[in-house]
Amino acid sequence: MMVTTQSVNIQVLKETARSLRLDILDMTTKAASGHPSSSWSCVEILVALYFGGILRYRADDPWWPERDRFIMSKGHAAPALYAVLAAAGYFSRDLLWTLRQVDSPVQGHPIQGLLPGVEATTGSLGQGLSLGLGHVLGGRLNRLNYRVYVLLGDGECQAGQVWEAAMAAAHFKADNLHAIVDYNKYQETGPISREMALEPFIEKWQGFGWHVEEVDGHDIAALIQALRAVQQVRGQPSVIIAHTVKGKGVSFVEADYTFHGRALTPEQAARAREELLR
Amino acid sequence: MRLGERAGLKPAKPMRDVFGEALLEVCRRNPRVVVLDGDLGNSTKAETVRHAFPERFFNLGIAESNLVCVGAGLAACGFIPFITSFSSFLLCNAYDQLRLAIALSNINAKVLGSHGGITLGKDGPTQMGIEDIALVGGLPTFVILVPSDPASMHKAVQAAVDHVGPVWLRSSRVAMPHIYPEDNCPFTIGKANVVRQGSDVTIVGCGIMVAMALDAAVILAEEGIQARVIDMHTLRPLDKETIIAAARETGAIVTAEEHLLTGGMGSNIARIVASTHPVPMRFVGLADTYTESGDPEDLLRKYGLTAEHIATAAREAVAAKR
Ligand SMILES: Cc1ncc(C[n+]2csc(CCOP(=O)(O)OP(=O)(O)O)c2C)c(N)n1
Ligand SMILES: [Mg+2]
Repeated sequence: MMVTTQSVNIQVLKETARSLRLDILDMTTKAASGHPSSSWSCVEILVALYFGGILRYRADDPWWPERDRFIMSKGHAAPALYAVLAAAGYFSRDLLWTLRQVDSPVQGHPIQGLLPGVEATTGSLGQGLSLGLGHVLGGRLNRLNYRVYVLLGDGECQAGQVWEAAMAAAHFKADNLHAIVDYNKYQETGPISREMALEPFIEKWQGFGWHVEEVDGHDIAALIQALRAVQQVRGQPSVIIAHTVKGKGVSFVEADYTFHGRALTPEQAARAREELLR
Repeated sequence: MRLGERAGLKPAKPMRDVFGEALLEVCRRNPRVVVLDGDLGNSTKAETVRHAFPERFFNLGIAESNLVCVGAGLAACGFIPFITSFSSFLLCNAYDQLRLAIALSNINAKVLGSHGGITLGKDGPTQMGIEDIALVGGLPTFVILVPSDPASMHKAVQAAVDHVGPVWLRSSRVAMPHIYPEDNCPFTIGKANVVRQGSDVTIVGCGIMVAMALDAAVILAEEGIQARVIDMHTLRPLDKETIIAAARETGAIVTAEEHLLTGGMGSNIARIVASTHPVPMRFVGLADTYTESGDPEDLLRKYGLTAEHIATAAREAVAAKR
C-alpha cells in the first residue's frame, strides 16, 4: 500500500490511534514486560507519519529504495513501532503477541534485519539522529529524494551524541532530515526538569542551526500540519517539539512516572482497556 | 528446576536489590563514597542512596561518557565515586572515558556494570552485557569482581571501596541463591573460594554460574564423578594458585560463564593452565553470537548455559584425561 498525501480523515486516524494503544497494552501485558507508557506517548506521532500522508512507503516492498525512512531512536518504544508497522501491513498482527518471547523477531528493542520496516537497531539511546543523517547523505550520493524522520525521547536528548548529530546535520544542510522529540517531560527516574533539565530546549535546537516547530503531540491534525510545514524548510534540518503525556490514554499511568519500563498487571490492564475503549 | 535447587541452595532476592542495600551500607560507613547514576537508579537500585543521602547522589542523565568523567573528577577531589549503570551502556558509550580518565590515570573509582550477561532476559540483546568482561579486560588496571550470591555481593561492594584503584563490579538483574551463610562469606580480592571439594574435575564459575556449577556437581556425583567447584569472584587479578592446584589435583577443568567465550574468564584461565600444568579443559559460555529477548530460563537453555551443559562438559573433560 502506498499512502499518498490525499485528504485524511482525522476521525478515522483517532480510531487507529486507539487501536494501536490497545495493541500496545495487549503486547506488553502478555509479555509481562516492556515500556507501555513510553509507547503510548508517541502513538499520535506514528499515526500522523504512517497514516497521515506523510511517510511514503510500500509495506509490500519494504526496502523500496525511494521510501522515506523512519527511525525509532527511542528504541524502548518498540511496541508502538511494531503496532504501527503491523497496522500499515508490513507483517501480520499475530506476530505482535510474540513480543519478547524466545525465537520471535519481535524483540524487546528493534533489531535491524529481523522485521520489514524496522530501519535501525536501537535501544541504546542517542544513536538514531546520526543514523538518520547517514541516510540523508547516502540519499544524496544515490540521487534519491526521500525524507528521513527520527523520533527522539526527551530524556534521550541528554545524550551528547544527539547534539553531535544536530551540529553535523546543520553543517550538511540536511533539510530532508526531520527530528521529532516526544517531549513528555519525563525520563526513567523522574521529571526531566528535576533529573537533568533540557530547557531552554527550543533555543538549543535553534542555536544548533535547526528550524523548530512546536505542536501538541496528541493532536493528529496539528502534527500533520507541522510535518507538512517542515517539508517546506530549505537549507537547514528541522525538529518538531511534540508536547506529549507519558502514558497517554490511561489515567493512572499518566499520573505515575514509575510506570516507566513496567508492564501493567492483568488487573491494571483490564482497567486500562476500559479507559481506552471509552 | 530453580537455579541452585539440586544443590539445595536457598533462594534469595534479586541481586540488584542486594546491590542497593550493600551500596547504602558502604555509604553509611564511609562518608567519602558518592554515587553517580545514568538515569537508571531504579533499575540498578543505586536509588537507595538517593533517598538516604541525596547530597551524595548525582544523576547525570542519559549521558554515559559525561557520567564517567564527572566521576573521575570527583575521585580527583578525594571522593570515592561509585559510577552506576548497565554494563553495556557504560562500556559501549564511555569506553574511551573509562580508559583515559579512570584506567590509565589509575583513579580510585568504582564502577557498577549492572545487567551483565543474558539473564536480564526480555529487554533483549541491545541491553545485555555479553562482552563486558572482555571489554573491562581491555582496561588493564581495573580489578574485576563478579559476586555470586547476596553475601558475596555485600563483601564485594565493601572490598571495592576498600581497594585503592579502579574496580569494576559486574552484577546481574536476577536472583542468585545463597551459596554462603549470610554472615560468613570469605572474600579477599584475588583469592578464589573453593565452594565444593572434589578430585575428578574442577568447575570454575563466576556470578550466576557458581550456583549452576554446584547443581552440575550434584548431577555428576550421581554418576560417581566428584567435581570441585570454584567461585572465581575476582577475574582480575586471577587466583593462579587455586587454578594450578585444581589442575594438579583434579586433572581436568571446566569453566562456566554467562559471557562470550571469546575474551571471557575461561580463556584467561586456559592461559594459566596451558602455561603451568596443562590438563584437558572444556568451556561453557556463549558462542560468537548475539542472543535475543526471552525468559531468562528459556535463554539459558537455548544458548547452552544450564547445569546439564556444564555436566556434559565435565564428562568430556574427564574422558579426555585418559
Ligand atoms: C545509552 C542509554 N542509557 C540508558 C538507557 C536506559 N533507558 C532506557 S529508557 C530510558 C529513559 C528514556 O527517557 P526518554 O528518552 O524521555 O523516553 P520516554 O520513555 O520518556 O519516552 C533510559 C534511561 C538506554 N536505553 N540507553
Ligand atoms: Mg521522556
